[in-house]
This record gives sequence, C-alpha cells and structure tokens, in this order.
Amino acid sequence: MATVSVRSVRKAFGSVEVLHGVDVEVADGEFVILVGPSGCGKSTLLRMIAGLENITRGEIAIGGRVVNNVAPKERDIAMVFQNYALYPHMTVRDNMAFSLTLLNAPKSVIEEKVGRAAGILGLEPYLARYPRQLSGGQRQRVAMGRAIVRDPQVFLFDEPLSNLDAKLRVAMRAEIKELHQRLKTTTIYVTHDQIEAMTMADKIVVMNGGNVEQMGAPLELYDRPRNLFVAGFIGSPAMNFIKGRIEGGVFRAGDIALPLPSDPGQAREGQPVVYGIRPEHLRLDGAGVAATVHVTEPTGSETQVIMHLAGSQVVGAFRERIAEKPGQHLHIAPDPALVHLFDEQTGTRLN
Amino acid sequence: MDASTWVAKRPEPSALARLFDYKPFLIAVCLFPAVGLLVVFLTYPLGLGVYLAFTDTQIGGNGKWIGLLNFIDLMEDPIFLQSVWWTFVYTAIATVGKFALGLWLALLLNDNIPFKSAIRAIILLPYIVPTVLSAIAWWWIYDPQFSIISYVVVDQLGLRERYYDFLGEPWPARWSLIVANIWRGIPFVAITLLAGLQTISPSLYEAAMLDGASGWQRFRRITAPLLMPILAIVMTFSVLFTFTDFQLVYAITRGGPINSTHLMATLAFQRGIPAGQLGEGAAIAVAMIPFLVFATLFSYYALGNRKWQQGSDND
Repeated sequence: MATVSVRSVRKAFGSVEVLHGVDVEVADGEFVILVGPSGCGKSTLLRMIAGLENITRGEIAIGGRVVNNVAPKERDIAMVFQNYALYPHMTVRDNMAFSLTLLNAPKSVIEEKVGRAAGILGLEPYLARYPRQLSGGQRQRVAMGRAIVRDPQVFLFDEPLSNLDAKLRVAMRAEIKELHQRLKTTTIYVTHDQIEAMTMADKIVVMNGGNVEQMGAPLELYDRPRNLFVAGFIGSPAMNFIKGRIEGGVFRAGDIALPLPSDPGQAREGQPVVYGIRPEHLRLDGAGVAATVHVTEPTGSETQVIMHLAGSQVVGAFRERIAEKPGQHLHIAPDPALVHLFDEQTGTRLN
Repeated sequence: MDASTWVAKRPEPSALARLFDYKPFLIAVCLFPAVGLLVVFLTYPLGLGVYLAFTDTQIGGNGKWIGLLNFIDLMEDPIFLQSVWWTFVYTAIATVGKFALGLWLALLLNDNIPFKSAIRAIILLPYIVPTVLSAIAWWWIYDPQFSIISYVVVDQLGLRERYYDFLGEPWPARWSLIVANIWRGIPFVAITLLAGLQTISPSLYEAAMLDGASGWQRFRRITAPLLMPILAIVMTFSVLFTFTDFQLVYAITRGGPINSTHLMATLAFQRGIPAGQLGEGAAIAVAMIPFLVFATLFSYYALGNRKWQQGSDND
C-alpha cells in the first residue's frame, strides 16, 4: 500500500496539451475516483500513473518515490483495463498466475495466491476455462483477480464497468467497493459515470478539459459544488439552472421571484447569477411559484416532473403522487437552505 | 381512381422472375461457372496427369498402360532421388529463411517507425514483379561475367581476385537459388504476419508490461502464441509454393549444373516436355502429391488448431 502524489502534471501529444497542470494527492488506502466527460484527460492521467504514457512535465510519486522515469513493471501497480485485456490463449488460472510465472515463483506459492484470489472473487469453478468461455462479468472478475494476485501497492481501474450491462454494473460496483474495504489497497478508478463515482469513492476528482474542477468527498461535491460544471455533473437527475439577477433581496428571472439562501455569500444586489436547485430539493407548496407541467415520469418511489418555469426547463423529483396533467400548473418552492448561486460569467460558486 | 378506392394488390411475377425465384434453378446457375472451370482446368488435367503417370506415353505417340513401372524406374533413378532430396532441402531452408526475415520485418513494421507506409509499399515490390522477370534479374546478378556482386567485390572493393562463379558449381548454385527464393517469399510472409500482429490488442502488451514482462517475454508469451494460428496458415501456403516452385529455378539454372538444382517440378517438366517422356514426367509430378497432402495436413492440424480459439461453450 502506498500514497500517490500527482504534482503539476502536464501531458502534451505533439503540440496539443491535454492535461494542464493537475495536482492530486491520494492517501494510503484511499479509494479515489477520477470522473469527467469523455476527453477530459482522466484516462490519460491514469495511464501516466501506470507508466504507459510518459509525463511531459511535473512529477508523479508512488509511495514517496518519484516514478517519472521508472518502468511500469517496477512501479508495483496493477491495472484493470476497460476491455479487461485478458490473455486469450491462457486459462483463467494462467492469466492470474502470469505475473508470478514471470518471477519464477514456486508452484506452491502460485497455487496458493491464485487460489486465494479466486476464492475472494468466486472464480474457483472457472480456473481451467479460457476467457472466451466466460461471460462479461466473469471476465471482469478475472481481470481483477490478476490484479489481486500481484498484491500491488496501488490498484488502477480504467472504466472497468463500462462494458457490462446495467444490472451487472450495479452488482460489480458493490463488489469492487467491498473488495477495497477488504484489501484496503490504495485504488485509483477512472469512470465517466458520476453514479459510480458517488457510490464508490472516498474522494472524487472531477476533471474537465484537462483541469481538475473540484476534489473532495462525494457528499461534499454534492452539497457544495465549487462551480457550474461540477454542479451539473454530479447528481442525477442533474441540478436545475435558472438565469436571472438579484433584486430586492430575492432572485428574479422574468416575472418570478425565488428566495435566496440565508447566507448569499459574495452575491450582491443587481448581479446576474445562475440559480441552482436540485430536483429533489424542490417541494410542492401552494404559496410557491407556478410552473407548467410538460412530462411526468413516475418511478414508483418518486415522480419526476419536467416543467417550464420562466423560460427554463426545470425538473422536480417529488415523493408525492402527481395528479397534474401536462399543461396544468404545479406550485413549487425551493428549499432556501439548499439553493446554490453561481456567477453567470465565471461559473464559480457565490454562496 | 384515388387513394380511397385503390386496393393494394401485388402484380403477378413474370415467368422469368418465377424461374429465378426457383431455388434448384438458382443453385444450378450459380454453381455452373465455378464447377465448369474446375472441371475443365483442374480436374481433367489432374486426372489426365495421374492417368499418364501409369502409361509410357511419349509426345506424338499413344502410350499403353504399364502400371507402376514408371514409379519403379524412378525409385532407381539417381537424378530423381536427388531432386526429391533437393526439393526437401530447398523447401526447408528457404521456409526457415523467409519466416525468420519476414517475421522480423513484420515486427519492425508493427512498431512506430518513420515512413512506415512507404516502407510497406517497397517491401511488397518483390511480390508484385512477375517471378520470371525477377528470376531474370537474379540471373544477371549471378552471371559469371556481368554479376554486380562480383563487380562490387572485385573491381570496386578489391577484396577478391576472381569473379564469383555463382551458378557453375552445384552448391553455390543451390545457395543462389535459395537466396532468390527467400527474397521472393519475404513480402508474402511479412505482410500476412503484419496483418496477424495487428489483430493483437495493444492493451495485451500493456497488461503484460504491468505484469512485469520484458520485451522478449512479451514476444514469447503473448505475440508468438497469438500469432501461431495465422503463422500456421501462412506456413502451409509458403511450404506449398516453395515445394512446387518452378519458375525461379527453371529461369535461373534450368536444373543445372549437372542436374544438381532440379526440383521435382522442374524435373517433371524437363522429362515430360523437352525430353518428350510424358508418362515419366507425369509420374514425377504425381509423386509430389503425397508430400503436398502431408505438408498441408500437418501444418493445418498440428499448428493451426488452438484450444483457446474454440467458441464459447459454457458447460
């Protein structure tokens, strides 16, 4: 186990810079998830930590040792690839034992380590099979088994669940989290799925366009997103944004007025702002503003309603059953304590 | 008639359309060209060749059935026995050479090197040029008076007193032919193996690298086994082509000096056409068939069939 430090790391492919100085600190035993939209540089960063891409500028240290010029095999890390990268000509047992075979480990040691990893992952019945004879979830487990057998200082996961179907993805999510709780190995995990990030991580690093937008615990990101990007990226359904300005102690957009949070922070009178409120923080309130219902989506436990309010589309998630038909009005009010205010120009958080 | 009164009714197909929808007719029509060509240009000549091998036919005369006499004669014919031995040696050495150099070239081209596509095009050159043309070029290279190699080594570098006599002695002539054959065979091997290499996912190499495999270990444990199926097929074809080689040898040495470079194919032609002994020539050609069948079966079953390639049986 080890810490991982990424210090002002830049990466350029030719003249195109894809990472513009990234700093990430991973504590010993921590589960850190790099999340962001496609092309934000998260996979590149992971591959740089693995040593599969070289570092243009800055430095990366694993366990306090700078590894910029250390070959991948000397870094003592194990990686699970998006396509699993199982050796098709080897059985599950040989796939998992490959790294040990290369070290000329004695047969008994290999047997014991592979057996233990197979036990953890429930792979014992499949040890003699070839990857082609396994289902997607089983292949995924073999890829993790190959990493576990190595007993590395750091686990790296590169979008490991994106080739699985939705149901299996949820199951494997819990399995990976449980595995981490059991092995307590430092883990860096890349995904574009914010739900994966929210549910599994100790710490989330939100990346966009080669920069870190925000870093913190999942609920910290959910409660206090630092800017519009993080606010819109974290949470599902996504946060509602309404453009307007602050006038007379309330937020005004068109002909509606919404309450400001009790501590508006740096937000000043007359300033153009973006008003952010999560769907689950809207409630039904006869005294609230009237929004026109467009679509209702009952899921059983709650009902999501897509509404129009002051020219913006607003989604609400309500515990109550909604009887209103499209075209009718619904009176809603935000919870002032859970309102987010962002600067319209810079997108940074104001309150 | 407007849209409300119109009734949808499919028009009756014509007799011709019905004929073409009739499956047995279609099958016959589609098979005819292929079967016709095969029968006229392959089955008939092959059958005739096998028949001739059991007769004493000469050019310009009708032979009679003599059973296995041709083959019995061949068993005692030192030139034939030497050609069998030489065919095997030629095939073995040339195949090893082609595959060693071809694989090396394919591995080079699979890496990122500058001018990759230009180099690939150049490599294909020996394969594009008609064999007889390149054979004539080699013939010039090996010429006792005008050889460029002799010119460079003797006249320019002064490393030797006398010109090389590439084709005048049995062994130099044999090695010269092997070199020409390897040169001619490399592109086929290199390009097909390169195609095979490109089917191997780069992430396998990355995974192996993280697992701690060195360059050699990645080649031996990832590249080699994954390349084996395509290697087996390329090897089969290469062995067949080399074993039945005719053009290079006939154009460069015509089997000489003193029959030392006769392959079975050139000897069969030599005996059958210029010498007029059609029956004997056919017998030599027929004698190649068992070797070819064996080589095909061996490389196909022994090398090509991998357990891990077999489809998903979830039992």
